[in-house]
Amino acid sequence: MTASLSKGINAFKEVIDAPIASFFSSCVHCGLCAEACLFYTETGEAKYTPIHKLEPLRRVWQQEYTLLGSLGKLLSLSKPVTDEELTEWEPLVYDSCTLCGCCSMVCPVGNDLTYMIRKMREGMAASGHAPEDLIAATTRAITIGSPMGIKWPAVQAQIKHVQADTGIEVPVEREGADYLVLMSSMEIINFPEYLSALSRIFKQAGVSWTLASDAFEATNSGIQIGSSDLAREIVSRIVVAAERLKVKCVISPECGHAFTALRWEGPNLMGRPFGFEVKHILEVLDELRAAGKLKTRGKDNRPLTYHDPCQIARRGGVVEQPRRLLSEIAADFREMPDAGVMNWCCGGGGGVSAITRAEPLRLQVFKIKKGQIEATGVQTLVTACANCRIVIEEALEHYHMKIEVVGLTELLAQYLVEENASPIPSPVSGRG
Amino acid sequence: MSHLDLLTFARGSALNWALMLCVAGVVLRLFEIFGLGRKADLAKPRAARPGSGWRTMVTRSLPPEGMLKHDPVTYIGGYVFHLGLLVTIFFFAPHIEFIRSMTGLSWPGLPAALVDALAVAAMAALGTLLAHRLNNLVKRMLSGIGDYLAWTVTLLPLLTGYLAYHHLLLEYTLMLALHLFSIELLLVLLPFTKLFHTFSLFISRWYNGDLFARKGVAS
Ligand code: SF4
Ligand code: SF4
Repeated sequence: MTASLSKGINAFKEVIDAPIASFFSSCVHCGLCAEACLFYTETGEAKYTPIHKLEPLRRVWQQEYTLLGSLGKLLSLSKPVTDEELTEWEPLVYDSCTLCGCCSMVCPVGNDLTYMIRKMREGMAASGHAPEDLIAATTRAITIGSPMGIKWPAVQAQIKHVQADTGIEVPVEREGADYLVLMSSMEIINFPEYLSALSRIFKQAGVSWTLASDAFEATNSGIQIGSSDLAREIVSRIVVAAERLKVKCVISPECGHAFTALRWEGPNLMGRPFGFEVKHILEVLDELRAAGKLKTRGKDNRPLTYHDPCQIARRGGVVEQPRRLLSEIAADFREMPDAGVMNWCCGGGGGVSAITRAEPLRLQVFKIKKGQIEATGVQTLVTACANCRIVIEEALEHYHMKIEVVGLTELLAQYLVEENASPIPSPVSGRG
Repeated sequence: MSHLDLLTFARGSALNWALMLCVAGVVLRLFEIFGLGRKADLAKPRAARPGSGWRTMVTRSLPPEGMLKHDPVTYIGGYVFHLGLLVTIFFFAPHIEFIRSMTGLSWPGLPAALVDALAVAAMAALGTLLAHRLNNLVKRMLSGIGDYLAWTVTLLPLLTGYLAYHHLLLEYTLMLALHLFSIELLLVLLPFTKLFHTFSLFISRWYNGDLFARKGVAS
């Protein structure tokens, strides 16, 4: 056994806990999880069945943690996990799993398959079987500070633009602020509207907030690749900054996995509960709305639908907030079939969008989202994850669909009632 | 050995051994699961949802919205089989009487004709599910010898019970002895095959409900 393989097997052994043992013990091989996985439903290929993606991990569990399995191993009756096998499984564990969580909602015996696939990636990464693109992104996140290689000067440049456009100061390194705002690389590069929208909303609501120069990036490729050590290092930058600036709450941006990384995995990675809260931006906006601090005027007359990012809705519990926010500003809001916690994934979560070779598959499985969008008949889709947004935009282009994708924060800002601020560029057509 | 001797053995020491092995096996398997433990979740859960794990234990018995039409054979076949099996085991008057003789516990049974029909339905469902398993690409890929073994040892008690009740094929005493042996085989294999889901599915559903509820989602 090579050193890397034994590292991987050890990592497998380490992640197997009582829930995983129970899940493997319970599987009745009914195949229903396949029906919940877009990679199976859109390709019809049996290998994309969620429980099948876990086969190497299952065998390690059986051989190491069951009496019969260890007897089998002793007598050389069982098939050991090999490097070749893990190479074969790499595309199953990474390219064709967005960690969307759908399978975990339908398995009749209650297996949380997504929990297992996330854990399995620890062993895949440790044994050197993670996709190169994810390794590169994680390396950039560790060495440069962001998976897309963005440094603080790029953020500073954006801050300058935002200040010039809005006339509002973007606070940086402000100790004692209530909120620490994070962004995703995607927002810094592709969607500068986010920071501008946030500045205006917070100004109107009188929120005290700040950016941190050494912790602006919220994404965490460490959890996508499945390396807790690296994930910890990435998340610790945010924790250190939040503690240094003594903020009460850290706001995860419009990004799904960043929220999961910080809100649910963060304290476990750090090995201690946080002294500050972690909220997704939609939760904060909804709280401001409820407190009467988010005042909007007028309604958007365009038919709109909302795409629930998996990590925010099904894996994050933020389902009602975007709907309440949209009801303030949307005159014609239409739900997609299966919306909410059973929403279909865009096909690019869990690191898939960063894997170049997975692109054809990602576009193929987008067909399910395409059908969902078409069923609503809208031309405008709202979402709250920059990764979903990019993935959806690319796929819409691929399928020649003329649909505009907007971030919810940005859309809200278009209808904001503002006092003492310079005029805002007028929003797109159809404002009512 | 006469048929009666065989029956006496089947309902005597054979049954005792089988029950003991089954209990020991279940305890071992539960120990294998819980012995692995679970790290405390340090992330602050959303508003406490007491009973979420227990709720999922129940709610997971129903198909999530829209799933039924994806694979009606598995769902409907599964319901018919499980219902038929449970009724046959626990509401067939001679079974209740047998349990009463061993434990002193008893409860009212259901009419024999109804139980008979449900037992036949359960066997028919098993047959359909097997055909479905062999025809469906996903299920066939997932299936190994353990699945077919589990299928066989589940069918045998139903089949021998049916044949004994209707006095078919073999002499009654012999068939009854075979019926008991088939149950004993099932008991011994239960902890070590996927049939263990009889117990572990409650644990899995509890974990599932708990993991999701921490994030504020009812699963
Ligand atoms: S749905 Fe659950 S029980 Fe059925 S094959 Fe998938 S993991 Fe196993
Ligand atoms: S988490 Fe989503 S993508 Fe991954 S196996 Fe489950 S259903 Fe498929």
